[in-house]
Amino acid sequence: MNATLTGEGAHEAAPPPLAPAASTGDCAIVTRGLTKRFRGGQVAVDDLHLAVPRGAVYGFLGPNGSGKTTTIRMLLGLVAPTGGGWELLGRPMPAGLAAALPGVGALVEGPAFYPYLSGAANLLRYDAADPTADGRTARARVAAVLDRVGLSAAAGKRYRAYSLGMRQRLAIAATLLGPRELLVLDEPTNGLDPQGTREVRALVKQVAAGGTTVFVSSHLLAEVEQMCTHVGVMRGGRLAAQGPIAELRAGRAPLVRVLTPDAARAAAVLERLGLSGARAAGEEAVAEIGDLPPERACAELVDAGVAVRGFTVARPSLEEVFVGLTGEGFDVEN
Amino acid sequence: MSRTDATARTGAAPEEPPATGPADGPGVVIDGADRPAIRVATPDAATPDAATSDVATPDAATPDAATSDVATSDAAASGGAPASTPPGGAMPDAGASGAPARARPVAGTWRLLRSELGLTFRRPRNLVLLALLAVVPVVIGVVLRAMGGGGPSIIAQAAGNGLMLTFGAMSVVAQLHLPLAVAVVAGDAVAGEAGTGTLRYLLTAPAGRTRLLLVKFADIAVYAAAACAVVTAAALLTGLALFPAGPVTLLSGTTISFADGLLRVLAVTGYAAVGMAAFGAVGLAVSTLTEAPIGAVAATVGAVVCSNIFGLIPQLEPVRPYLITSWWGEFDGVLRDPVAVDTMTQGLLVFAAYIAVFGTVAWARFTGRDITG
Ligand SMILES: Nc1ncnc2c1ncn2[C@@H]1O[C@H](COP(=O)(O)OP(=O)(O)OP(=O)(O)O)[C@@H](O)[C@H]1O
Ligand SMILES: [Mg+2]
Repeated sequence: MNATLTGEGAHEAAPPPLAPAASTGDCAIVTRGLTKRFRGGQVAVDDLHLAVPRGAVYGFLGPNGSGKTTTIRMLLGLVAPTGGGWELLGRPMPAGLAAALPGVGALVEGPAFYPYLSGAANLLRYDAADPTADGRTARARVAAVLDRVGLSAAAGKRYRAYSLGMRQRLAIAATLLGPRELLVLDEPTNGLDPQGTREVRALVKQVAAGGTTVFVSSHLLAEVEQMCTHVGVMRGGRLAAQGPIAELRAGRAPLVRVLTPDAARAAAVLERLGLSGARAAGEEAVAEIGDLPPERACAELVDAGVAVRGFTVARPSLEEVFVGLTGEGFDVEN
Repeated sequence: MSRTDATARTGAAPEEPPATGPADGPGVVIDGADRPAIRVATPDAATPDAATSDVATPDAATPDAATSDVATSDAAASGGAPASTPPGGAMPDAGASGAPARARPVAGTWRLLRSELGLTFRRPRNLVLLALLAVVPVVIGVVLRAMGGGGPSIIAQAAGNGLMLTFGAMSVVAQLHLPLAVAVVAGDAVAGEAGTGTLRYLLTAPAGRTRLLLVKFADIAVYAAAACAVVTAAALLTGLALFPAGPVTLLSGTTISFADGLLRVLAVTGYAAVGMAAFGAVGLAVSTLTEAPIGAVAATVGAVVCSNIFGLIPQLEPVRPYLITSWWGEFDGVLRDPVAVDTMTQGLLVFAAYIAVFGTVAWARFTGRDITG
């Protein structure tokens, strides 16, 4: 079968709803109906039921404005939800925040540091704010995490003089200061070059290999796809889908796509061949190819007099499924 | 992206195939209207030029190959184990292995306070404010020396005894200079961190909102005390350099020893420090209301100015005892013998009330607030 991808018509790849993560027994993050209505009346997060299993690398996906950062702020106790509840590392929140947060490394909506302090001094500052951190080991830990993100050479440089990517690395370093059971990373690859992006991925995998659960948000599936074991997809403040990434992959039926001026006729032919989901849209007819050999479909179309200008059989990419789930277009939904 | 990756998978050149122009016909895919390229996918792929046609054999089209369309750039990523080492290599891992860390309430809070003080006392702005405070007594002393003293006012008495300059200088700076410096530090305390976003990282560390607020207040109080101490030290040095030193003649007419006089200078400095710390609580409360530090500082300074003006309006006489500004300069009692404590005690009570009220306001606001900056 042909695996050529055209990268078009993604929305037509209707994804099957993923099964909700069944058990919330051993989860690093659980939310039950988590809701945030801001004072202006805007509902940023609506009835969210997340289940992030321990040890998972959970990709929290969604386009701009879909409520990812607001969710993360609620999880970390920065923003009070207006409805629902949540658990972090098995502890009911917000009562357990003080107990749970030392085990959580967080990067929320980009780096934020003191511009007049050096990178190392900035990390020492945040480390000092953690009541469980040991001041005697602070310098060694700071040096180690700076080394880990490749910032050793810039440790003494003022944050003001850091480049965008260096700032992002410093923020990632801060999340690794202590022993963590959970990392919450909000768009960790923002501003990083391809090399930096790769390094972050490797770092996440390394941390995850040590047993740490990673919850990583992104608006780009491709950024996180390779490292995730689970995904949750946000759309307009709601969770459009959630589950192991293998389910998302498995649920995609290969499609035949015919480019032709006689789209309606082509769709009829495809339907006659017993293909399901045959439909015509503009100059294109689409159907699920199933077990039918593509060359037969093509021959039948030509036999029926359809002017075939293009013929592809492709399994929709995860990206296409993702776009199908999140909706298309550049407009930020409200 | 999928296109290039597919190309890479089949071992062809990673570049796009050269445009060969559109062609119609069955089995031909016109892939992308903007950059036409022809790909023929067939089991009978006997293609002479692999670079221009992207051949995908049925084997290559296994579900796995079809799905891993983005998994080529990071070779290590497609495997299960993390094959690539991170920059810097191994380190004590942030794994979930260790036992949950215990909180160290005392050592941890002390460390946070030290960190806070380090920030406050290393910021050039705050140091400049302290330096300006040190200049005021020097100016007063020099002017007094140049014009000659005499007269009943505390300031003028410095001409007779250098020690008196401390009292005079303190009563001058207590009304505006000192509060200004405290307002800058207090107004910035929470609003500054909220504005730059560092507040969210302190809170997720987790600093704890109540704990952070207490540490912030302690920091402001220390800065207020330092500001008062700077004024006293500058006044003392200037006074002793420009004027005679020796036993001090008090307002009540009695004379006390120089050492006793120094003790009373200390008492005045302490009183002013408490008054400024109380004002710091006001600034801290304002600071929790906004994410704009400049606004918080301006509002806090504005409050002092208004309060000073209210104190000057005769019709508002009944309100005066409740204004914090009315009490900052009320330390004449130490210049009597025996020390008249009642006025200063009242002042201290007012300061304590301000700390309680505005501390509560700050706490209620800060613990209930969404941190969205
Ligand atoms: N403090 C706030 N007050 C009012 N509305 C807010 C506030 N913060 C966020 N919102 C709204 O909530 C919605 C979700 O915002 P959020 O920042 O969570 O999105 P996001 O998924 O993180 O987007 P992005 O990918 O751009 O970071 C947006 O419509 C935004 O306008
Ligand atoms: Mg965001």
